[in-house]
Amino acid sequence: MNGEPTQVAFAPHKTLLEVLREDLGLTGTKHGCELGECGTCTVLLDEIPVLSCLVLAQACDGRRVRTVEGMATGEGLHPLQETFADLGAAQCGYCTPGFLLTAEALLAAIPTPSRDQIREALAGNLCRCTGYLKIYEAVELAAARMRGEDAQPRPETIHGR
Amino acid sequence: MLRLPSFTYLAPKTLKQALQWKHDAGPEGMYVAGGTDLYPNMKRRHQDPKVVISLAGVKALRRKPAERRNGGTADAGLALAAGMTLTEITEHRKLRRRYPVVTRGAELISTPLLRNMGTLGGNLCLDTRCTYYNQSYEWRKAIDFCMKKDGAICWVAPSSPRCWAVQSSDLAPVMVALDAQLHLVGRAADRTISAAAFYHNDGIAYLTKQPDEVLTEIRLPAPNGWDATYHKLRRRGTFDFPVLGVAIWVRWDAARVDDARIVLGGVASWPQAVPEAAEAVRGTQLEDAAIEAAATAAFRPSKPMDNTDFALAWRKEMTRVYVRRALEELRDRHATRRP
Amino acid sequence: MGDRPRDRRSDHDRPAGSPARRPGDLRVVGTAHRRIDAVGKVTGRTQYADDLALPRMLHAKLLRSPHAHARIAQVDVSRALALDGVHAVLTGADLPTPFGILPVSQDEHALCPDRVRFVGDPVAAVAATTEEIAAAAVDLIAVEYEPLSVVGDPAEAIAGDAPLIHDYGDAGNLHKLVNLEFGDVEEGFAAAHHVREDLYFYGGNTHLAMEQHASLAEWTPDGRLTLWSSTQTPHYVHRALARVLELPPGRIRVVATPNGGGFGGKSDPFNHEIVVAKLAMLTGRPVKIALTREEVFYCHRGRHPTLMWVKSGVARDGKLLGLHFRTLLDGGGYGSYGVASTYYTGALQTVTYQVERYKFEGARAFTNKPPCGPKRGHGTPQPRFALEVQMDKIATDLGLDPAELRLRHLVTADTITANWLRVGSMGLGACIAKVVDASGWRTRRGTLPYGRGLGLACSSYISGAGLPIYWNDMPHSGVQLKCDRGGGVTVFCGSTDIGQGSDGILATIVSEVLGVPLGEITVVSADTDLTPVDLGSYSSRVTLMSGNAAIQAAERARDIISQHAAEKLQVPAERLVFAEGRVFDAADPDVWLSFAEAVQGAEARTGTVGTVGSYTPPASPGRYRGAGVGPSPAYSYSAAVVEVEVDPDTGIIRVPKAWVAHDIGQCINPAMVMGQVEGSVYMGLGEALMEEMVYRENRGLVHKIPSMLEYKSPTTLEMCDVETHLVADPDPNGPFGAKEVGQGPLLPIPPAIANAVFDAVGVRVDEVPISPEKVLRALKDKARGGPGRTGPTAFPDIPWPEPIRVPTPWEGGDGKALKHDAAGRRGRAADQSAAALPRSGAASHPERQH
Repeated sequence: MNGEPTQVAFAPHKTLLEVLREDLGLTGTKHGCELGECGTCTVLLDEIPVLSCLVLAQACDGRRVRTVEGMATGEGLHPLQETFADLGAAQCGYCTPGFLLTAEALLAAIPTPSRDQIREALAGNLCRCTGYLKIYEAVELAAARMRGEDAQPRPETIHGR
Repeated sequence: MLRLPSFTYLAPKTLKQALQWKHDAGPEGMYVAGGTDLYPNMKRRHQDPKVVISLAGVKALRRKPAERRNGGTADAGLALAAGMTLTEITEHRKLRRRYPVVTRGAELISTPLLRNMGTLGGNLCLDTRCTYYNQSYEWRKAIDFCMKKDGAICWVAPSSPRCWAVQSSDLAPVMVALDAQLHLVGRAADRTISAAAFYHNDGIAYLTKQPDEVLTEIRLPAPNGWDATYHKLRRRGTFDFPVLGVAIWVRWDAARVDDARIVLGGVASWPQAVPEAAEAVRGTQLEDAAIEAAATAAFRPSKPMDNTDFALAWRKEMTRVYVRRALEELRDRHATRRP
Repeated sequence: MGDRPRDRRSDHDRPAGSPARRPGDLRVVGTAHRRIDAVGKVTGRTQYADDLALPRMLHAKLLRSPHAHARIAQVDVSRALALDGVHAVLTGADLPTPFGILPVSQDEHALCPDRVRFVGDPVAAVAATTEEIAAAAVDLIAVEYEPLSVVGDPAEAIAGDAPLIHDYGDAGNLHKLVNLEFGDVEEGFAAAHHVREDLYFYGGNTHLAMEQHASLAEWTPDGRLTLWSSTQTPHYVHRALARVLELPPGRIRVVATPNGGGFGGKSDPFNHEIVVAKLAMLTGRPVKIALTREEVFYCHRGRHPTLMWVKSGVARDGKLLGLHFRTLLDGGGYGSYGVASTYYTGALQTVTYQVERYKFEGARAFTNKPPCGPKRGHGTPQPRFALEVQMDKIATDLGLDPAELRLRHLVTADTITANWLRVGSMGLGACIAKVVDASGWRTRRGTLPYGRGLGLACSSYISGAGLPIYWNDMPHSGVQLKCDRGGGVTVFCGSTDIGQGSDGILATIVSEVLGVPLGEITVVSADTDLTPVDLGSYSSRVTLMSGNAAIQAAERARDIISQHAAEKLQVPAERLVFAEGRVFDAADPDVWLSFAEAVQGAEARTGTVGTVGSYTPPASPGRYRGAGVGPSPAYSYSAAVVEVEVDPDTGIIRVPKAWVAHDIGQCINPAMVMGQVEGSVYMGLGEALMEEMVYRENRGLVHKIPSMLEYKSPTTLEMCDVETHLVADPDPNGPFGAKEVGQGPLLPIPPAIANAVFDAVGVRVDEVPISPEKVLRALKDKARGGPGRTGPTAFPDIPWPEPIRVPTPWEGGDGKALKHDAAGRRGRAADQSAAALPRSGAASHPERQH
């Protein structure tokens, strides 16, 4: 669990989502439908983004699970967390953990994604607040910084024209 | 929160073990692969197995795609393990190069997150869908249930003796169009059948697979002079199941179509082959008139019901447009490939 | 920017000797900065209602009606009670007092006592040790129903043989009837160069906030109740709990947890909130309920499906000489905000383009569907759609450019409209100019290849309603401020952060006034025990109202602190500047105190440094019955050009890009403003193209698609590119000139898309959502030589009451109705209070709250 060997006891039919939230106290993982129809509950299972509402917790024995709580290491935020915070990619914040983890997996696979690749990668996560645009921009900005570039948001991103 | 009912979960490592445990569980047992179809259904109490047997750990179902040879040399196609995830299908380079229609069909399924979980075999076995059925237990109770689960009537066609739930897999019509061979392993015997023979036109008994059998392998024909495409209609570019799928396979003989198969998804309880549409293009060069004839031939038997997204009259009408566009794509591609 | 002072507000109300804030010297306001709750949200630390858990907590489930309309003959809960793990079961008899958001519509019960009015109406509730046991117990409750005939839509509601859904309302199943006339519209039509009548329909849709509603209640043996809930209106929930539970309000604490999206869907007091409170009282244990997605569809309170008839008469130059609007709203099973919604479908037609004479007839019908209420834009996207498409048609008829037509007849700043709304700042002209330029409108419209087109539409929205929901003359928003010896400041305000960032607005404003770094400001909000009342996060009121209250509280604190600092630094107080954590001499910045030192000095001198601020909107000039809906301290304005691609074979619409300009007055935090504009465009796009509440007429009006999958909301692949232009036309009533942005920019999107479809393929879809089926039907109609239109074809006969006639300002009116109308024909004295719904309604309703 987020890099630490973790033991937890739970009822055998519980999903990973339920065990995270109810048995491990990791409520950073949210839920919006519990049927795989919204992407809100996304976590990384062996670094692959999956819907924790449709993963049986039992099936995670011996596997690596990462949640939003495991994104920031040490004192600082993850670059994606920084840019999501700064650009307003998180409004109500409820879909944010799912987007962050999906985006993290994207950037691990494609360090310089095009806008279309970002759109495609995030096509399983619904957001009702942002219209997605600030999320794309946050992913792009974080990607640039993770590549070592000294990137700043474009003025029109945060001020309009 | 919607939750799963309680059940016993078994995780066999071998096919043999899986078959035995399923046999032991009897009708109370069900296989699960990716879980993206079964678990939502269980949460809505569509299926309520007491024993769930996961195929995810069965190595035989996770093998890498293997080229098949006839007599050691001739290309006899590619075998895909049923346990490949849909993302693995979309990312497989050789598959994309040699069977782009399979890649395309897989790419159009649901969302990237779901494709990371769902499997090829699972998609081919996807439960039929219906807006009277894919609802919570409480909702279904409010309409006094339907014959697919807990009830007696098909609300789509109340006078009908059968269930009209819709075939909603994207890869099923593709595999039928390609005439892929599906390998099934049972406790007593193995068998290989054509994809078309895998399906029944019935919303409840939509598979010919026996409950104990496991779909292990999908064998694609050698790519020798044929082409195929898949067009999908749905409201959004992601998430949504097809409300119409058009899979078309053609074998070219120089400039002419030597043979063709046209299969519709999302309009019946099985992938519906339309032989009269295929007949309309056979021997032609896919001239506009031939395409129009095929589109009309496909339009006639396309009988969507009022149990998916969109108005059914429009969906029926779209059959014509989508068949036409799929055939035009094949024609245009052939034109660019021929010297 | 015009020649308005940047901050007119700060020029009045300031005691002598107070430090001055000069125009243009804003340091924090207007800069893009990280909102104060951002880190909590990106790290998963923010606790939403369902993230809360208390020791020994029970879980609740509701039994909901499977019938759309039925009498409850009998409820047998014995089997549920007998189930192991069940601690309490409630039915309607346990909570007999009705409630409702509006004093005039106290028509809901926490659990239906004798009648259910839609599929999903709650009938009973269970508290058990687990959610599974609660669900199993609910299934064991036996309810005997006597089904009644079902009313599916307004036309059925007004049919002679329709059963009455409620025993109150203006006429049969017509919950509300409105008839207002400002000037003689017939005279306007007679004088018009061109008159046209059109019918429009705007389908119902829902908020679909990502977070499903959840609530947790705790009852302690000292007789105190606490409710944590995902609500936008803790104050109103507080009142409803006190009423239904018959507890003194002082023993109830309501805490609004951060909302995982609201959009108006969490603005009513809900059944489940009252139920968990009662269950906690009965069991003595904390009780939580977390609704499923399907149940959220039953809570609804979304956009009213609205049928509209519009008659417009224009002069040769396009000026609206007469405008007559009729609306018929499908209200669903309960009142909710419906009376206000009905008025809102007629209120804001006059604030964009000059309307010489205006008549509005509005009706809301009860039907057996989940209740409609306020969704982003509350009651105004529907008439805005009709008006903006109508303007487009008029432009075509007159051979005018639609942008030009609008620009010619803009309402001017600082005027009063035909229906007595006072418009202050008005930046619509600048908005239109921006989107016209940016989109290449003048060269591209009408010239794109067949299948591609551009459409333009405009809108306006209120920055807070001028009147509260229940009649009172107290402030709408209050702020308390506490200055700590360490230099930190805590801001207490009842406002609720639903994701729009209201906590951040408070912090930014206080930071601006006191010069305290944002990181040293704590905001405590939405807690009825800890924070002064703010009415709630609805009607785009929070930035303006709580913002003004925060300015007042902060300025008072600054005055206290500067008295001491001036003495200490030997500098006149007027010369003191509060910035960057310091208090310094504007003439010599090297003469300074740290803010903490200044607070300490002030505290030593005058005691604890704490202040309050509050805000009450200015009175509206309208004094007729019905004038309560529409007035606002300030109106925002938006203009949009949308580009579409229409596939003529399928009718499928793709929207590649929208250009939007919004008159924000003044950005408090531009990064958040951008997010609100883009989010509004997104939601408008969804409504325009795909979102719709659909019910199965053939299966007793069950919701056809109560799921995230089948209720279609735009994904990343449908969302268009958006180019946002911000127009800053500060309004004297706004904090630092700020106006709303959360709702207004949604409004122009659906009509702009409809107008763009016309530009692309020459057909009119006078109906939202503009689905491919409708586009294709219109195209076929056109191909057959028809008008090429899809839309409604008839407006039912409604028994309109006699109109309340109100002379317009330019007819010499005084904002009051002509007395003989109301007194003579309606047998009631003309009600001169501005409080259309609360006061007059309460007087005419037996269940008045005061």
